[in-house]
Amino acid sequence: MSIKKREHTDWLLKKIFKATGLITIALLAGIFLMLLYNSIAFFADVKPLDFFTGSQWDPESNKSKYGIAPLLVSTGLVTLGAMLIAIPLGIFTAAYLSEFAHPKVKTILKPLIEMLAAIPSVAIGFLGIVLVGPGIAKIFGIANGLNAFNGSVLLAVMALPTIITISEDAINAVPLSHREASLALGANKWQTIFKVTLPAALPGLIAAVMLGLGRALGETMTVLMATGNAAVMPKGFLDAVRTITATIAIEMGEVPYRTTHYFALFAIAVILFIITLIINLLGEYFANRLRKFHA
Amino acid sequence: MEEIKLSAHNLNLFFGKKQILKNVNIDFIKNQVTSLIGPSGCGKSTLLRTFNRMHDLSPEAKIEGTLKLENLNIYDKKNSVTEIRKRIGMVFQKPNPLPKSIYENLSYALKIHNFPKNEIPQLIEKALKESYLWDEVKDEFKKPAVKLSGGQQQRLCIARTVVLRPEVILMDEPCSALDPISTRKIEDLILILKKDYTIVIVTHNMQQAQRISDKVAFMYLGELIEFNTSENIFKQPQKDLTKNYVNGHFG
Amino acid sequence: MIKKIKYFFNWILLLGSTLLVCLILGVILWDIFSKGRSAVSWDFISQFPTNGMTKGGILPAIVGTLLLTFITTIFAVPFGVACAIYLNEYARPSVLTNIIRASIRNLAGIPSIIYGLFGLALFVQALHLGTSVLSAGLTLGLLSLPYIITTTEEALKRIPNSMREATLALGATQFETIKDVVVPKALPGILTGVILTMSRAAGETAPILFTGVAFYINGISASPNQEFMALPYHLYMLSTQHQAIEQVRPLAYGTASVLILLVFILNIIAFYIRFKHRTQE
Repeated sequence: MSIKKREHTDWLLKKIFKATGLITIALLAGIFLMLLYNSIAFFADVKPLDFFTGSQWDPESNKSKYGIAPLLVSTGLVTLGAMLIAIPLGIFTAAYLSEFAHPKVKTILKPLIEMLAAIPSVAIGFLGIVLVGPGIAKIFGIANGLNAFNGSVLLAVMALPTIITISEDAINAVPLSHREASLALGANKWQTIFKVTLPAALPGLIAAVMLGLGRALGETMTVLMATGNAAVMPKGFLDAVRTITATIAIEMGEVPYRTTHYFALFAIAVILFIITLIINLLGEYFANRLRKFHA
Repeated sequence: MEEIKLSAHNLNLFFGKKQILKNVNIDFIKNQVTSLIGPSGCGKSTLLRTFNRMHDLSPEAKIEGTLKLENLNIYDKKNSVTEIRKRIGMVFQKPNPLPKSIYENLSYALKIHNFPKNEIPQLIEKALKESYLWDEVKDEFKKPAVKLSGGQQQRLCIARTVVLRPEVILMDEPCSALDPISTRKIEDLILILKKDYTIVIVTHNMQQAQRISDKVAFMYLGELIEFNTSENIFKQPQKDLTKNYVNGHFG
Repeated sequence: MIKKIKYFFNWILLLGSTLLVCLILGVILWDIFSKGRSAVSWDFISQFPTNGMTKGGILPAIVGTLLLTFITTIFAVPFGVACAIYLNEYARPSVLTNIIRASIRNLAGIPSIIYGLFGLALFVQALHLGTSVLSAGLTLGLLSLPYIITTTEEALKRIPNSMREATLALGATQFETIKDVVVPKALPGILTGVILTMSRAAGETAPILFTGVAFYINGISASPNQEFMALPYHLYMLSTQHQAIEQVRPLAYGTASVLILLVFILNIIAFYIRFKHRTQE
């Protein structure tokens, strides 16, 4: 091949590679527009006000009701519970790993955390049915343990690896000089960790929590299997709940094509999409702040 | 009559907002060895890398001025960078053999530039002999190049460059990572190679510059301070800065 | 003294958290493998389900998952690697690359069930591929794209510029440099990412729910236009939708064991490649 031909090949391939980059933008836009397009058909049938304020989700009855509130509250409740468990557990573990763990212990623990992350969500959901749910039922003396609390415990387990890994990176990124300065001023190791290291890593810790939160919010199989799937407004953690993701998973398989009900599922999906997008953008914002802070 | 092979005219180079090279004007003469010397950060490596457009890799680099290989404008968009790099070879500070066998390291450039297949073995043999590596590697062509010693790797990198028969060879502190014996071998090699090639070399080592150069250029903070024959630079420097540097009174 | 007790308490808090995380993993694996062990046998993995799923094996689910993972990989890897090459090798930082990177990060955060909806709208309906292993594989391929791009870019970033300069200085074009030096050197890293993607794809359920997975198929077909069985979906059905739910519980445990084992094997291969490669560097 002549040099001209070789340079032409290079030019052509660069364009092709660039096109794949553009495809990622098109994909994100395509997903959003697809959801939006189908939602518009829904809002032609159902008033947006009824959708956002209605307290019942009951598409199957004669007077089908499409209130997203119980689904939103369910999603929020399960996720809140998951975060209450996973945030302290995850950050403490990350602090232990980066500040105390012997390097050898670390080389064992880190793959273990990756193993935890690798377990498929359907297997975690299965354990919610056969192990965690019955346990909860026994402890609280209720008929069955398929409720919001069960979902929270399982989602916490699923969010943990994300929170631990990113928090550990954030803590490791705190410059040694910060800690040395604190120690030199006479602070002990504990004061240094809680008063200097963790606050300095805070933006990164928030980013970690946001990513864990995003993962928990978007999880489908676990909550579908373990939370009882009652589409009514929950009163507490021991009530059965039905999240947005579970609703889509249950109803999309049975709903007739291009009916109001079908479009309704895209409408709740677009809400979920926007919520996770905001969470991700927040996470990114804090991750960037951490980067700038240390640069 | 001395023939100008490579030249830079009114060269300014910026990395982002920082100016690294300031109005550099220099000519390199055919079949001579020219050394670029100066304290760290003076821009000598940066200058060297402008000639084969190695700064194309860094997005923040901006280059102004005219650089020419004979009459060919190096930065003219119409001219092929591939062609220019084929004519201006480069040896780097740290040996960087390709992750391939010794033989493939040498045949690689010949293959991509479509040298006739039946000529490749002779060309490789010639390049290895010129680089004084032939006796050491002739029985182990299939060995991965990274298994060679540092000095051998650097001579392999020189052989890989000369196998293409470039017109100019740029060398960026080629001995800085090597032991004295390997350094000596490479210096001898440079003196032999200059019969066929124009060589520009960056070095930190004053003795080395003295031993191998016809001309020496002293740079300081991005400017070309003094450019003269090796003898003049080391025996009768015109500027105090140069004098201080070549006598070792420099930070 | 009180301070010391406080420190001890703090230390216990951090260590206890770490131990609890390990305990969780231990309990998960112990429960599934101890109860799944009796169900898993050669017959279990080599036979079709019988008697309305209450007996027999899970062969079609294993084959379906492998086929699905294969389709996902051959679709996602070329696209993902090409995009990573563009970002790391060709593109200069610009508004466009910032938008591309932001898109990739946000794609990674989209819930998998939404990919399922998108796959349903795009592949099943708009492109008329129907509910099939092809539609499901393509859907999972889209889901895997951001992950492949990120891991590949990390692998490419680890290649020092001196390697690129070596061939560029010889007059190789950028593509020749990528093809002959950069990608071969980054291959172990890229491969690690690919295998981890396969492991994630094998365990995904939500995106395949509406795009082609089936509760039961009779017969194994390699045709990409057919519906298919998959291990995670099989586990879901056995544990929530089956009429004789208690009777099939051992089969559910067995299915969970096989699924987790498959995922772990892929992860261990990936760890091994990464470990071997890093020690060589």
